[in-house]
Amino acid sequence: MGDLMAKDIKTRVITIIAEQAVVEPGDVSPEQSLEDLGIDSMGLVEAIFAIEETFDVSVPFNANEPTDGDFDISSVAAIIKAVEGLVAEQHA
Amino acid sequence: MRRVVITGQGTINALGSNVPETLEAMREGRCGIGPLEFQDVERLSIRIGGQIKNYDPEAAFNRQQIALFDRFTQFTLLAAREAIGQAGLSFSGDLAARAGVVLGTSGGGMNTLDENYRSVYEDGKNRVHPFVVPKLMNNAAASHVSMEWNLKGPSFTVATACASSNHAMGQAMQMIRSGMADVMVTGGSEAMLCFGGIKAWEGLRVMSRDACRPFSANRNGMVQGEGAAVFVFEEYEHARARGADILAEVAGFAMTSDASDIVMPSKQGAARAITGAMQDARLAPEDVGYINAHGTGTAANDKTECAAVADAFGSHADALMISSTKSMHGHLIGGTGAVELLACIMALREGVIAPTIGYEEPDPECALDVVPNVARSAKVSAVLSNAFAFGGLNAVLALKEA
Repeated sequence: MGDLMAKDIKTRVITIIAEQAVVEPGDVSPEQSLEDLGIDSMGLVEAIFAIEETFDVSVPFNANEPTDGDFDISSVAAIIKAVEGLVAEQHA
Repeated sequence: MRRVVITGQGTINALGSNVPETLEAMREGRCGIGPLEFQDVERLSIRIGGQIKNYDPEAAFNRQQIALFDRFTQFTLLAAREAIGQAGLSFSGDLAARAGVVLGTSGGGMNTLDENYRSVYEDGKNRVHPFVVPKLMNNAAASHVSMEWNLKGPSFTVATACASSNHAMGQAMQMIRSGMADVMVTGGSEAMLCFGGIKAWEGLRVMSRDACRPFSANRNGMVQGEGAAVFVFEEYEHARARGADILAEVAGFAMTSDASDIVMPSKQGAARAITGAMQDARLAPEDVGYINAHGTGTAANDKTECAAVADAFGSHADALMISSTKSMHGHLIGGTGAVELLACIMALREGVIAPTIGYEEPDPECALDVVPNVARSAKVSAVLSNAFAFGGLNAVLALKEA
């Protein structure tokens, strides 16, 4: 994972999100929100679990205060950025 | 119609090892939630709970019993001993045949499962204790109560997650009402505070790491508890004829299904159960002075529950009191409605309304009188107890003063 490139992170996060949204990865664009993609609270929790398993990181997320944590879920791009941050921290 | 009354109550939970201790803690607004202590707790991100501390099984049970009784069964038997002792009943002959036990639990022998999975998967052992199955099965507690007190009538276990106890007590009430039984021992128990029990809940990301703050704007999730509460439900004329001390009347019960989502609650389903319980008890909304809320401290439950209460009660919603004692004893999952019924009976008998502790900030979506932080003296003659389970299964009990 140490040589994980930013492009790989982006691709893998989009794949995870696309799977929850039941769309092709090519149909997911960075400016979309999870709501735009039709991902509900359970889909979000599953996506976060998949991110943790894929990148071997721990995502600070509480479903009771989804917007309060350090992990920004406001858009696909925000999630990618947050995962990049966690991966960098993990391998710093 | 045959009426149903309560003539005994017993409990063990994080607030106390019997009813007087528990009610004292509720009156004082004491918190029973603290750091969890069990094997592998350091591998959890959630490390608090309403755990029963300084519990010594060997003080209550002999070695053969401990080999057979999971923690949830032990809690049940201790609570049943207190309840049946208070009721002053002994079961033989016709009464034994007309008396049964219906209990709620969600996880059953979760500690037994956890210990034995650890043993075969992690420690690589190829042999488990011969009593694993009779120890972990969900009906173990009900069966041991029936054996200990010779209850030979209808007996079984209900598992509807967080509504298990209320469903069990509703069934017990209906069995007496319909003439199927004269006495029912009922309530519920849970002992899920072990590594696997908490790890599973962690995954849902609905648990708080610091406190259970129902209805407070800064609430951040539920906190699990453990323990049991058991009651003796008795047909009214039967209780009166023997001069029993009647604690309260179980006047109504209703259950509904949301039929919508496996985890998200529904206002309509909850409101229909609340209204149904009042109708079954022949209560007008204005008659109800207190509701023991489901009040889990999650974002979703508390706002949905308040909206359901507002719908079911109309303008009277602003006049009644509603509190969540989970803030003190934690969420006992399948045993929670039973422990919470103690607060309902205290309200009717003693005129003391248990508080919602940990309340810090008003939430406009929970704008009801939640009895924040401090118990209150108030005369109430009818109360409700709400339970809304994952799976959308709702169960509400209505109690009247004796």
